[in-house]
This record gives sequence, structure tokens and C-alpha cells, in this order.
Amino acid sequence: MQPQKNETNADLTGDVWAGTGNYMRILIIEDDKDAASWLMKGLKESGHIVDLASDGELGFAVANEGRHDVLIVDRMLPKVDGLTIISQLRSNGHKTPILILSALSDVDERVKGLRAGGDDYLAKPYSFSELLARVEGLGARKLLDPKDAKLKAADLELDLLTRTVTRDGKPIVLQPREFKLLEYLVRNAGHIVTRTMLLENVWDYHFDPQTNVIDVHVSRLRGKLDKGFAEPLLQTVRGAGYMIRAR
Amino acid sequence: MASIVVILSYVYYDTISLLEQQDQETIRADVLGLTDQYRVGGVAGILETIERRNAQKGEMLYMLADPSGSHIAGNLVSLPINSIPDDSWFDFKIKSADKNATADHTAHGYNVQLPDGYQLVVARDVEDIRVFRDRILYSLYWGLGFAVVIGLGVGTAFSRSFLRRVDSITNTSQKIMNGNLSDRMPISGSGDELDRLAHSLNDMLNKIELLMQGMREVSGNVAHDLKTPLTRMRARLEDALRGEDKVAQRHALEQNVHDCDNLLATFNALLSITQLEAGQQRTSLENLDAYATLADVVELYEPLAEENHGTIQLRAQPGLIIKAKRELMAQALTNLLDNALKYGASKDGGTHIIVSGRIEQSNTVISVSDQGTGIPEKDRTRVLDRFVRLDESRTKPGNGLGLSLVSSIATLLGGKLIIRDNNPGLKAELHLPYAG
Repeated sequence: MQPQKNETNADLTGDVWAGTGNYMRILIIEDDKDAASWLMKGLKESGHIVDLASDGELGFAVANEGRHDVLIVDRMLPKVDGLTIISQLRSNGHKTPILILSALSDVDERVKGLRAGGDDYLAKPYSFSELLARVEGLGARKLLDPKDAKLKAADLELDLLTRTVTRDGKPIVLQPREFKLLEYLVRNAGHIVTRTMLLENVWDYHFDPQTNVIDVHVSRLRGKLDKGFAEPLLQTVRGAGYMIRAR
Repeated sequence: MASIVVILSYVYYDTISLLEQQDQETIRADVLGLTDQYRVGGVAGILETIERRNAQKGEMLYMLADPSGSHIAGNLVSLPINSIPDDSWFDFKIKSADKNATADHTAHGYNVQLPDGYQLVVARDVEDIRVFRDRILYSLYWGLGFAVVIGLGVGTAFSRSFLRRVDSITNTSQKIMNGNLSDRMPISGSGDELDRLAHSLNDMLNKIELLMQGMREVSGNVAHDLKTPLTRMRARLEDALRGEDKVAQRHALEQNVHDCDNLLATFNALLSITQLEAGQQRTSLENLDAYATLADVVELYEPLAEENHGTIQLRAQPGLIIKAKRELMAQALTNLLDNALKYGASKDGGTHIIVSGRIEQSNTVISVSDQGTGIPEKDRTRVLDRFVRLDESRTKPGNGLGLSLVSSIATLLGGKLIIRDNNPGLKAELHLPYAG
């Protein structure tokens, strides 16, 4: 039972994913120098512009200028705590998406972080591809109108009211969970979503099962979406996750 | 001891003051009578009365003096009457010059200023009272002294033996601190407070020893389980450093990332167990219908089971109310399903899993059963311990923490995990308190 066997279906480049190409301005507020420089290097290599603040006070001051597209905030910081920065930014009216990094993986801690105004929560240690996928997902989020009843990606169309799906005008019948899975993928079309992101957002589970149950669900969905079409829509990005083509 | 003092003092003051009061009353009455007589008959009027009363030896003492203080009548002769304050009470010693009275006895008297400068003293021999008072005081002092000595003696002896026992408890704890963990507090057998203390300390020590034993086993297992993958990773890296083949080097790095992920997963599971055992999450538990979680998790795992030519059946009805957290229940169930999928393949090759939920007496019982080889009866408790992997499972990926995690979740929720025979196969049952 090696879940990896499903990945051969639609391999992208065969290389580790290196970003979407749409650059973002990212602010990292992190006091651990090694972790920060590792993050900066990776995000810059993925084509983003990265600023770094090494304590809470400075971090808040820079974030408060509102020049960034995404904030990456460490939970525990010298001078001003990460959660305090976030709730202050939110009460100042900033809507910049925020990813919280934390050594605390407890579900209760996660809830605290999101309640303070964070948009996503990633427990340390994490893989860079996981972080990149989440940051780019957050950066892209603001482009979509959540009230829009129709979502589109390439020739795929989802109607959120009637909960129907068509590809190139042909209807595709999906189970409720498959629809939810597809909806999440399409909302992040053009961006990678990791298995953990799917487990968190589609199933609302915040732990990693030992076996990778997600792969089977995705491969079933892919079977329904790509059946009869020459060009695969749902792609596996090796070492990172999945992506639906936007165009 | 204090009570003896209080009682004696009470007796002393009560008796003495009563007797003294009686004497004073008698004297006062006599004084009144004599002054009346003086007013009527002058010096001559009281002279006769005084002479008559003094004729016989008695307790009453008198002295009549002229304005210059010279003795006129009465058996008291020695008193320096002018130096005694007028109209007041006083004490004095009877002298041998005084007639019809016992010399050296103590007397209590009253000095009256009569009209025309004459003075009258009426007194009474109070030697008996003085002796009585002295005797009481004497016994009071002795009694007190005795009580103090006895009290100190007994107290010292008692506290010595108490201190000796406290010392032996202190010594024992020193020995235990120095590493002799099997040592226990001495018990005298009297069943007193110290014995009760020693008993509960011993119970605590037993519990600690058990926990430490568990800790030692876990640390030993952790060390062993870490050493194997770390050795492998090190060898792989060394090999890659020596070689020139870029593709092989890349492969080695990928393998190492994979191994690191497994190690991290092990640590995460271990941390989760520790956190669960600390019980911090107990405060955020709420009423939950386990049916919803069962249905959810079954739906999550069904495709995987089908890929393995297997099935998952859900046999439950809504209403399986427990006090829990959806996340914890799901974590427990996914672990049980992971196990069932890993080890539960029946002889025909398919994995047939039944997830059921029912209410049994005051418990909600949730079970996951398969038709695989099961676990031998002797190992059924052992497999709940951390890092225990049965020989048959060593070849498959895993960290030996799955069932421990489920067991600690069950404990946190106030229940337990029971491993049973499914004839054939394994049945893992979660017994949780029904909260409906």
C-alpha cells in the first residue's frame, strides 16, 4: 500500500515545485535567524520579494505599513508576541493574509491562532513545499470573490448553488465530498495544494493519518474529471501536492 | 496543666476571699456597735464592753486610745495607734505585750476615729486564714511545679520518639533520592498519623517507580528506534558524499528526506501521547455524536480499502453520544483503520473491516474489526505500550505508537481500549462513557 503509486498519472516537471511565477511581496516575522534565512532563500528562489523582521516590535511596524501581500508570522517572538501582532493588525483594519508558524501543534493552539486573525496555521517542523503552497494559496485568495456562485478553471465550471460540475459543457457527476474537494482545488487553481491542506480544508482534520488516504480520493476525482479528455486538468506535483490548471 | 493551675487558683481566691469577707463583716458590726455606744455613753460607755469582751481569750482584739494615742482600754497594747491611718483597714502582728492574744499571730483590724479625738481599733486574729492561705499557695506552687516537670518529661519523651520517626522518614527519603528506589518508609504499626503519612508516601513511591520504569522502557525504545533510521541515513549520506553520480546523490537525499519525515511523524505521535497523558485537553471536551465521526472517517477510508480489494462496513445508528472532541475521535479511528488496513487482510487477500457503534449499559462501544491474523492473547495488553511492535509487523512501515495513541485518547475520554479476538481477526473496542 504505497500511496505514491498514484502519482505517475500526471507528473508535472518531475522536479520539486518552484512557485507559480506570479511574484508576491512577503514579510517574514521570525526571530530564528537560520529558519528565517532558509525561508528567505526559498521564497526568493520562487520569485517572490521578501522582507524580514527579526522581532515582534519591528515586525508590527513594518506590517502596519501595509505594503505586503502575505505575512508569515512566528507564534513566539521577542518583544511582541505573534498573536498580539496579528490581532493588532486586524484591529487596525489590515486584511493582509497571515500564515502563522508555530512549534505548538495542538489543535487548541491552532484555534487560538486562527481566532486571533490568522488565515492559516503551520506547525513546525514543516517542509518548504508545504509552506510555499500555503503562502501562494493565501496570496491568491484575495483574487476570488467568495460570493461568486460560479467557479471556473480552464474548461471546468462549478456551480456552487446547484452544486453541478461541467467540463467543456459536459456534466460530471460527483459525490458531495468530491465536490468539496474539487471546489477547494478550483479556488486555488494555478496553485499547488498539499495533502495536508486538503485534509485540513476539505475534511477538517488537523493530524496526519499514517497512510495517505487523500491520494486515493484525488485519483478518483481525477478519473471523473479527465475521463475522455486528452489534456489532464488535475495534476500531481511530485514532492508537493496537487494542482488544477487555471487555464 | 493549665487547667490544674486555673482550678487551684479559683479555689484559692474563692475560699480566702470568702473567709476574709466574713472577718471584715464581724469587725464592721463590732465597730458599728461600739461607736453607737460611744455616742450614747462616751468613753465610759464603751470601756465596760471592751473590758468585758477582753476578759476571755478570744479572736477579737480591741484598743481604745485617747487623743494623744495612749492606751486606755483593750487587750491590744502594743499598737502605735497614731501612725495607723484613720478609718481604714490594716494588718499587723500581735506582740507578746498584748494581753489575752497569741503573740506572733497575724491580725486584721479597723481603725476608727471617734468624736473628741479618741481612737478605737477593732481587730481579729486571722492566723488560721493566713495558715490556710499559705497551705493552699504551697500546694498550688508544688502542684504547678510537679505538673510542669511531668509535662516536660512526657513531652520530651514523646517528641523524641516522634522526631526519631520523622528522622527515619527523612533518612529513607535521602536514601531514595540517592538512587535506592526500592526503599520504602518505615511503618511502626500503630496506625497513627505518621503511619498514615508513611503509607501514602509509599503508595506514591510505588506509583513513581512504576512510571519511571515505563519512562525507562520508553527512552530505551526511543533510543533504539531512532538509532536504526539515523544509522541508515548516515550511511546513505556518507555513501553519497563518496560517490560522483549526481542522480544517485539526489536519490539518497530524497530517501533521507523521507526518513526524516518518518522520524518526525514518530516524534509527533510520541508528543501527542505525552500531551494526551498530561490531560490538558480534558477541559475542552464537549458532547459529540460519535456516529458523525464514524461516518466521516469511514467515508475517508473507503476508497483506500477498495483499492486494496477490501470493504469497510459501517454498522451504527446516530445517537452515540460521548464526551469528546471530533478531532480526537477521528484520530483514534484513523489509527485503528490504518492498523486494520495494514494487518487485517484475510486469507482470500481482501481486507474486510467492520466499524460498529452501540450503546452497552453506560458505555458507548465503538469497534473496528478485521479478519486478519489478529493478536495472540498474551500480547493484547502489551501492544498498547509505546513502541511495541510484534515480530510479524516489523517488516511493515510504522512506529509502534498507533495503538498507544488510541489507548491514551480512550483514557483521556474516561474510557479504555480493549483488544479482542474477532475469530478470526482483531477487534479493537473503544469503551467510552455514554453521555446522552
